Amino acid sequence: MADFETPEIKEYPVIPHIKLGVMSHSKPFLSKEEFQEPLGYPGELVDDWQEKAYAKMEELLGKYRSFRVYLDSCVKCGACTDKCHYYLGTEDANNMPVARQDLLRRVYRRKFTFAGKYFPKLVGAVDLTKEVLEEWYSYFHQCSQCRRCSVYCPYGIDTAEISMAAREIMDSIGMGQKYCNEIIGKVFKIGNNLGLPEPALADTLEGLEEEVEDDTGVPVKFPLDQKGADILLVTPSADFFAEPHVDGLIGYAKVFHQAGLSWTLSSHASEAANFGMFIGSYENMRRISVRIREAAEELGVKRIVFGECGHAWRVAYSFLNTLAGPFDFLDPNYPVPQHICEVTYDLIQRGVIKFDKSENDHMTLTYHDSCNVARASRMGDEPGGQFRIPREIIKACCNNFVDMPSDTIGEATFCCGGGGGLLTDDLMEIRVKGALPRMQALKHVVENHGVTHMAAICAICKSQFTKVIPYYGFTMDQIVSVHQLVSEAIILDGADTDDDGDSGDEE
Amino acid sequence: MSALSYIFAGAFVAATILLVFGLARKIVQYARTPAPLKIPTTPAPTTTSGVVVRMASEVVLFNSLFKSNKWIWIFGWMFHFSLLLAFFRHLRYIVPPESFLWPLVSMQIVQAAGKYAGLAMLIGLAGLFVRRIVVDRVRYISSPSDYLMLILIFSIAATGVLMSFYARDVDIVQLKAFALGLLYFDWQPLPESGLLITHLALVLILMVIFPISKLLHAPGVFFSPTRNQVDNPREKRHLAPWAAKLEEGNG
Ligand code: SF4
Ligand code: SF4
Repeated sequence: MADFETPEIKEYPVIPHIKLGVMSHSKPFLSKEEFQEPLGYPGELVDDWQEKAYAKMEELLGKYRSFRVYLDSCVKCGACTDKCHYYLGTEDANNMPVARQDLLRRVYRRKFTFAGKYFPKLVGAVDLTKEVLEEWYSYFHQCSQCRRCSVYCPYGIDTAEISMAAREIMDSIGMGQKYCNEIIGKVFKIGNNLGLPEPALADTLEGLEEEVEDDTGVPVKFPLDQKGADILLVTPSADFFAEPHVDGLIGYAKVFHQAGLSWTLSSHASEAANFGMFIGSYENMRRISVRIREAAEELGVKRIVFGECGHAWRVAYSFLNTLAGPFDFLDPNYPVPQHICEVTYDLIQRGVIKFDKSENDHMTLTYHDSCNVARASRMGDEPGGQFRIPREIIKACCNNFVDMPSDTIGEATFCCGGGGGLLTDDLMEIRVKGALPRMQALKHVVENHGVTHMAAICAICKSQFTKVIPYYGFTMDQIVSVHQLVSEAIILDGADTDDDGDSGDEE
Repeated sequence: MSALSYIFAGAFVAATILLVFGLARKIVQYARTPAPLKIPTTPAPTTTSGVVVRMASEVVLFNSLFKSNKWIWIFGWMFHFSLLLAFFRHLRYIVPPESFLWPLVSMQIVQAAGKYAGLAMLIGLAGLFVRRIVVDRVRYISSPSDYLMLILIFSIAATGVLMSFYARDVDIVQLKAFALGLLYFDWQPLPESGLLITHLALVLILMVIFPISKLLHAPGVFFSPTRNQVDNPREKRHLAPWAAKLEEGNG
């Protein structure tokens, strides 16, 4: 059992008083040489790490305007101090966004500013000592890069940019995080985060085809590496087997089938996730992204569509064109890339797919806005489409939908607690504690509005929630994929119908 | 002309040079540093004019701060807006009567607003100071410089307020001659007033530390990629020069 206490959900959300260092013990496993090397990083802490770290910091200051401007601009107003779910859940002072930034800013000041060089005490500047480095390793792995702090900062200071830079600096001196770097290595070697090779993938997809046909009587296909298909679907590899992810994948396939769209998955790019972002590495993020371009070219598709995943959608929507573009060889009538929700929503609008909403009547849904979708990307043509479109889809296929309190959704949404490269068992404590604000909001709608299930469109959110909500007294199966709801309610031509006309009750 | 007048005149020239060059250096540095990725905090405007509106609402109304915390917003906005009004009031010292600006600057409303703004500024600054001490979260993140900065600006405002409300014996005509003298390099004596000299000395300090302190948030906000970028990554390819080189390097 866990050696920490699950925070208590209070009647109303409260801003806790600060505690010092209560989470300083939280550190992910260090990466080993075998995981560091494929990414181009030293295998262990290098001898002259301090100098190397300063040099890397200087390089990043010249490469990223965000990093440079944000290190200078903070006025310590405190507006962000109560905005981070990790602060609210752990009460550790260093989990206040500005305090987290300051772990690095103090060193920046000492090394790169006049005031820090000559009056370090006055401005709180410190050298990069071993203790400071340890603090970095701890607290920059207690940031899910969710950008909630950035929404509320008067200068838009984004702590995610600082923790990405910090991780990049640590990687460059041989202090990488095992979870992220091992996974990136698997993507390079095998093609996806899970290390699922092509034959296993083909097998899994075949199994899904059988399952869906047994279930519905309709031969819904899950094509792999099909040359000449119109759409390349890139989806997080968790969709291939994890629950409730896989039900979402079934949903995408049913949508494509019913709309008569030709599509395929790719074994070369069998992963939408891009952990290169979490470690702040442009180069690795680019290498991972280029696979998708290669797959699209090789298969000769016309469109690229991404499945349900939060940070993957950020990299896809905001960065893919930059990292692996231009995509002028694809059909110019569609944005590159598209989100599966955009595709489904459009088909609903045009009346191409229809639902029997009563199939979802046994549930009352709420919807969790994933941070990277909410604050770092968009869907559709209008700002805010990323909030509207998934809700419209849910409402189109469910009769019962209730939103959580307004200060916990939309751009104010709370992270699931497991984003940003923290979805690993060695960080269980911070993951459970960081989920507190979301759990609080969920509990509110469960108790006041009879909500039974929470839908999400992010592989990490789904995995994180299924793992941590039992700590708060909910059950795993209360988390559903948005396209799982689509899958339940979509009317497939030629499907077996319930003879007794009474839906959903048979064994 | 007294030695003090010379010292102040010289100091003002020096401080102005430091301020202008220091700020220019920083602005050039910010402008030259590429933003390699599209990172606007969404929902974000999809057009440049939308970004102008977003930025204006941040700079003029402190929109994000308003969403965040009403106390910091009210004190912070009160202080900054008062600062602007006080600035307008001070223009009368450097705008010559012949200038086309003079009728504007000398308007009763501008002068009166600037005067009372001094009081509002004191309230705003005091509010921020109290918050910094009373709220444990803000106390934790504060360095000595954060308190000193508030004290410095409070003292500038306080000496200013004292001069306009109570000790109204400063020779304004002579002060204007001193200020214009600085502009035209025709140095004139500074009126002898302890309050005025304190006021100006503190302003000098503020000018010098501006480009090397957190006051850089003033230019910084305009360069913040999360606020100044257009949300159009799918429509328009965004590529930093160093990233383009990377592409040439290995395909
Ligand atoms: S980005 Fe999210 S996790 Fe990181 S400091 Fe900000 S609010 Fe906290
Ligand atoms: S809100 Fe922004 S300026 Fe204020 S303390 Fe936080 S990071 Fe600094």
